[in-house]
Amino acid sequence: MSKELIRLVDCTMAFDGETVLNSINLTINNKEFLTLLGPSGCGKTTTLRIIGGFLKPTSGDVLFDGARINDLPPYKRQVNTVFQKYALFPHLDVYENIAFGLRLQKLPEQEIDERVTEMLEVVSLKGFEDRKVTALSGGQQQRVAIARALVNRPKVLLLDEPLGALDLRLRKDMQQELKRIQQQMGITFIYVTHDQEEALAMSDTVVVMNEGLIQQIGTPEDIYNEPVNAFVADFIGESNILDGIMREDFVVETFGRRFQCLDKGFQKDEPVDVVVRPEDIDIVPVKDGMLTGTVTSITFKGMQYDVIVDFKGFKWLIQTTDSPKVGERIGIKIDPDGFQIMHKSKYSGLYGDYSSFSEEYEELSDAEYDPENGEEGETREASDGE
Amino acid sequence: MESKRLASPYLVWMAIFTVVPLGIVVWYAFTDSTGAFTLGNISRMGTYWPIFLKSIWLAILSSFICLLIGYPVAYTIAGASPKGQRLLYMLVMLPMCMSFLLRTLAWVALLDDTGIINNLIRSLGLKPLPLIRNDAAVVLGMVYNYLPYMIMPLYTVLLKIDRRLTEAAEDLGCRPGEVFTRVTLPLSVPGIISGFTMVFVPAVSTFYISQKMGSSGTTLIGDVIESQFKAAYNPNLGAALSLALMVLVLACVAIMNRFSDGEEVATI
Repeated sequence: MSKELIRLVDCTMAFDGETVLNSINLTINNKEFLTLLGPSGCGKTTTLRIIGGFLKPTSGDVLFDGARINDLPPYKRQVNTVFQKYALFPHLDVYENIAFGLRLQKLPEQEIDERVTEMLEVVSLKGFEDRKVTALSGGQQQRVAIARALVNRPKVLLLDEPLGALDLRLRKDMQQELKRIQQQMGITFIYVTHDQEEALAMSDTVVVMNEGLIQQIGTPEDIYNEPVNAFVADFIGESNILDGIMREDFVVETFGRRFQCLDKGFQKDEPVDVVVRPEDIDIVPVKDGMLTGTVTSITFKGMQYDVIVDFKGFKWLIQTTDSPKVGERIGIKIDPDGFQIMHKSKYSGLYGDYSSFSEEYEELSDAEYDPENGEEGETREASDGE
Repeated sequence: MESKRLASPYLVWMAIFTVVPLGIVVWYAFTDSTGAFTLGNISRMGTYWPIFLKSIWLAILSSFICLLIGYPVAYTIAGASPKGQRLLYMLVMLPMCMSFLLRTLAWVALLDDTGIINNLIRSLGLKPLPLIRNDAAVVLGMVYNYLPYMIMPLYTVLLKIDRRLTEAAEDLGCRPGEVFTRVTLPLSVPGIISGFTMVFVPAVSTFYISQKMGSSGTTLIGDVIESQFKAAYNPNLGAALSLALMVLVLACVAIMNRFSDGEEVATI
């Protein structure tokens, strides 16, 4: 499981003098499901294309099974790619699309037939052999693209935002499907996405990238529970990110009050970023609250309410099944394991305040937008600022 | 409904300048000089069969040569940088800004027995070459004049081929040459067919090129039609020949479209 397969050593990529990847070091193990996660322009697709052989790093090395493959063209690599928007061959039918790689290897007709049939079964497309690929739905085209890549039995499958063009429901199904296929075939998947939910749901390892740098590498649980900086905390899930001071081990001070936490190893009185996940906050009566604030907006999200609460001008997001009223004073309670303490970084102060709720938050969650609540939040923020 | 109404000027245009003239051609083809119905024009066409065949043969040959020259050119242009593409495309189109007649006459001046090339050869003390008034010269004229019509559709089709498709082919194990034969070439078939059609149709009906660059043996069907209307003053036979040529052209186009397997093809 943990045998190293691919290693990127100090990989830098620059286009016309603009650095897209900045000295990336990354090790990918055999049979691992690894996701490169980040916003557009973070360098994740560039990294994938370097592994696929479509780009040569400006400097640094790409190692495959210990051998340097910087100059190996794509057709000689034991790597196949599922392209964004699939890139199926429109002049070939489903069968011939899948058989494409096998025909190039000049395999006997009988073996080609066996392997294509087997792949059609793996991706649940039996009976679609003679269809034109242009006549298939998005989800079906997706499956053909996966089958076309996997039929060559690569050691690594690269997937470039493969589910981006599918609707939500289909995306969820395909996530399960991809995970199943990866386990069934027992090969390495390197998956590129900007969708954090997707990354958390499927991966063994998540690599969070931004601005050409790797921000954090870890299991989905690590990344969610122990983000290393404000960027990761904000990008993965929802986070309230507060200014704090680490008074001593297990004690953090924020909003003028000391809280118990589980973090240690910081310097005494070190300024830190404090992450509190919206679901780790309990709403309690004002007299029992560790902090008290005023509810400024409530949005019904099905499973929970998203409540924005104003604490001395800093707006928090709280996810709760209670439904307080707008304007109500409430208290909150946070358990020690609800705090994640991070060293200050260049991202400190950029994220984690829900004052700009209407713009930032809605953009991230694709949810229905309630103009009344949103506008209210925004006007208040403006008046707060002045 | 709205779009249909917007198309109505075009329908009127079609009616006046396409359907009515076509009707007149058909009417002439089936009447004699007195206006009486006759099949005589059609039956007299038999004598022109060799000329028909020769016209088609030379037109196919030129279309084929245009394809051989035009494909690499279009491929190079489509692969160039956007700036290079504009420049190269303009260079291809530039000769078309000049009059068709002038271009053909320029070739005559070059190739004539006392033309520029032969004068040069003579000044070197060699025997002059028979460069003009043969089939090869007519084909040369056709290729030169109609080459841009081949390059244009090929360039458009090649440009439209998704870069990801060639990358996918490489990814699946294609060497650079195989990417071309297995993906680029099959995907450019619609462009080949439109280019072929766009060269073949004007080439098969040309008369000026064969008059200026051909011999008496390279009289083409276009020449015959022209002479029926002008020299021989037999517009009825001329109309019948035009009609026959049109049917032949449409048949050729239909056969070529067969190869494209029902994919989008720009006909004439």
